[in-house]
Amino acid sequence: MNPKKVARGLYAIWYREYKVFIRERSRVFSSIALPILFMVIFGSGIGSIVSLPGTDYQSYIFPGFLVMTVLFSSIFFGAYVVWDKKLDFLKGVLVSPQSRTTIFVGKAFGGVTDSLIEVSVLMLVGIAMGIPLTALSVGISYLILLFFIIGTVSLGLVIGSQMESPQGFGLISSFVVFPMFLLSGALYPLSNLPGWLVVLTRINPATYAVDGLRSIILGSSLFLLIVDLSAIILFSILMITLGTYAFNRMRV
Amino acid sequence: MAKNKPTKRRLGGTTRSIEIRDLTKKYGKLSAVDHINLDVYKGEIFGVLGPNGAGKTTTLLMLATLLKPTSGTAKVNGFNILEDPTEVRESISMVFQDPSSDELLTGYENLKLHGLLYNLAGEGIERRIEKVLTLVDLTDRKNDLAKKYSGGMRRRLEIARGLLHDPQVLFLDEPTLGLDPQTREHIWSYIETLSKEMKITILITTHYMEEAERLCNRIAIIDHGKVIALDTPKNLIARLGGDIVKLRAKKINVSKLKKFKFIKKIEKSNNTVKLTVENTSKNLQKILKEIENVDSVEVRPLTLNDVFLHYTGREIREEEGTELDQMRAFTRVSSS
Repeated sequence: MNPKKVARGLYAIWYREYKVFIRERSRVFSSIALPILFMVIFGSGIGSIVSLPGTDYQSYIFPGFLVMTVLFSSIFFGAYVVWDKKLDFLKGVLVSPQSRTTIFVGKAFGGVTDSLIEVSVLMLVGIAMGIPLTALSVGISYLILLFFIIGTVSLGLVIGSQMESPQGFGLISSFVVFPMFLLSGALYPLSNLPGWLVVLTRINPATYAVDGLRSIILGSSLFLLIVDLSAIILFSILMITLGTYAFNRMRV
Repeated sequence: MAKNKPTKRRLGGTTRSIEIRDLTKKYGKLSAVDHINLDVYKGEIFGVLGPNGAGKTTTLLMLATLLKPTSGTAKVNGFNILEDPTEVRESISMVFQDPSSDELLTGYENLKLHGLLYNLAGEGIERRIEKVLTLVDLTDRKNDLAKKYSGGMRRRLEIARGLLHDPQVLFLDEPTLGLDPQTREHIWSYIETLSKEMKITILITTHYMEEAERLCNRIAIIDHGKVIALDTPKNLIARLGGDIVKLRAKKINVSKLKKFKFIKKIEKSNNTVKLTVENTSKNLQKILKEIENVDSVEVRPLTLNDVFLHYTGREIREEEGTELDQMRAFTRVSSS
């Protein structure tokens, strides 16, 4: 393995994803505007009928919206693999001497960059809306988000590598994104749930992302921070492994 | 990933660029490629002709190590496609049917991207980019987004990309599909230049007969995954021999024509008959004597198209309107 060659391959694939992200204005707009819209409308709408001890509803759901933004943008990032496949861009990359693993990691870097940009915008909105954020809490939040993004981007790429049509991707990824979001405790507390739901929330990696962010930003949580962080890191490692495997098996 | 072997299996003293041995790809019971054996020599423009679904693209994908053969193997530039896929990919280049450039990148950025994938960097990459842009006449449009390019420019960009890393073998999959006649002519002359001046071995798949006739040193006609004819275009035509005679008459008695040995093939439809005839200048009279009230006679020399029909038994199949084709059509319209 030639490290210079690998580095150039990674840079090439990342460079393309980044350029395309910047140039596709509708993509930038929708990915940033949608969470802001949700945050403002949902936060103030439901916030007016819900009262939580010790915090306002908007602050309560802020971690949830960070996770939602990540889920939507990261997993749907995998759809671009399907489009690359439909045109011959993907074949053009796969026929180069770069290994499939390098191509997967480069793609993942691209998706992670996109999601980090979106998350940063949302952080700024949070600060503007008076969510109690400190330098330390933002820093640790980024750590949690980074691993969660790596995991979800990889998950999206896994789905994308297996699908033949964008419609198929949309269907399958919706079946992944919505349960992950709704069962994460992003919108409501996970205490007092029926037993079968508890099981589902506990195997959902998004639960730990929401809980971890909440414990840092609001100081209240179900699990210890170290448990949340470990769960998310485990999730990302699992997804990277699965993604590498999927790309190596991917047919063109 | 390829292991670092101390010696690469490069064949000494041979001029074969591609050696295909019993290459087979099965999908369930269907053999898309069925024990193909072919040799392509260095510097050659080799054409692979066949109806859609004959196995052309499948063969190309296997040679480019993008698809694993069910059995058999091949060597490209002396590297085995099964054992040294990375070395194979380093030494080849492939231009696909659909654009593999990104619409939202400029021509220059697309080339840079691919240069990096091929481990080119620094001043070397800039020099190469300049060179290939000049070759395909895109220097003054290099900073425009690829989506602003016409279909022909887009194809030229693909070829430029294909040449960026100095490949020894270039695979062209239907290089002029969907292009207008003028643009096709341009692409053809670029391909000829590559072969003459850069001595690149070119393997081209096509279902345009004129393209094959114009460009290729040798042609393999493939159908149902098998090579059914292999020779130079001239020899293929000469081997079949003769002319096409088309007759139109009120009443044609085919059985009378069947006794002539110089008629090699008879196809009758309504009140016309299409004959493949040897030595037409001498034999036409004899034919006309047998048919009463001939309305019209048309004589033309055999073309590669006739050869193709002879071997495959049909015209080039129409493309099936799959979703992908519709999308291709759409992207072509929107990018032109």
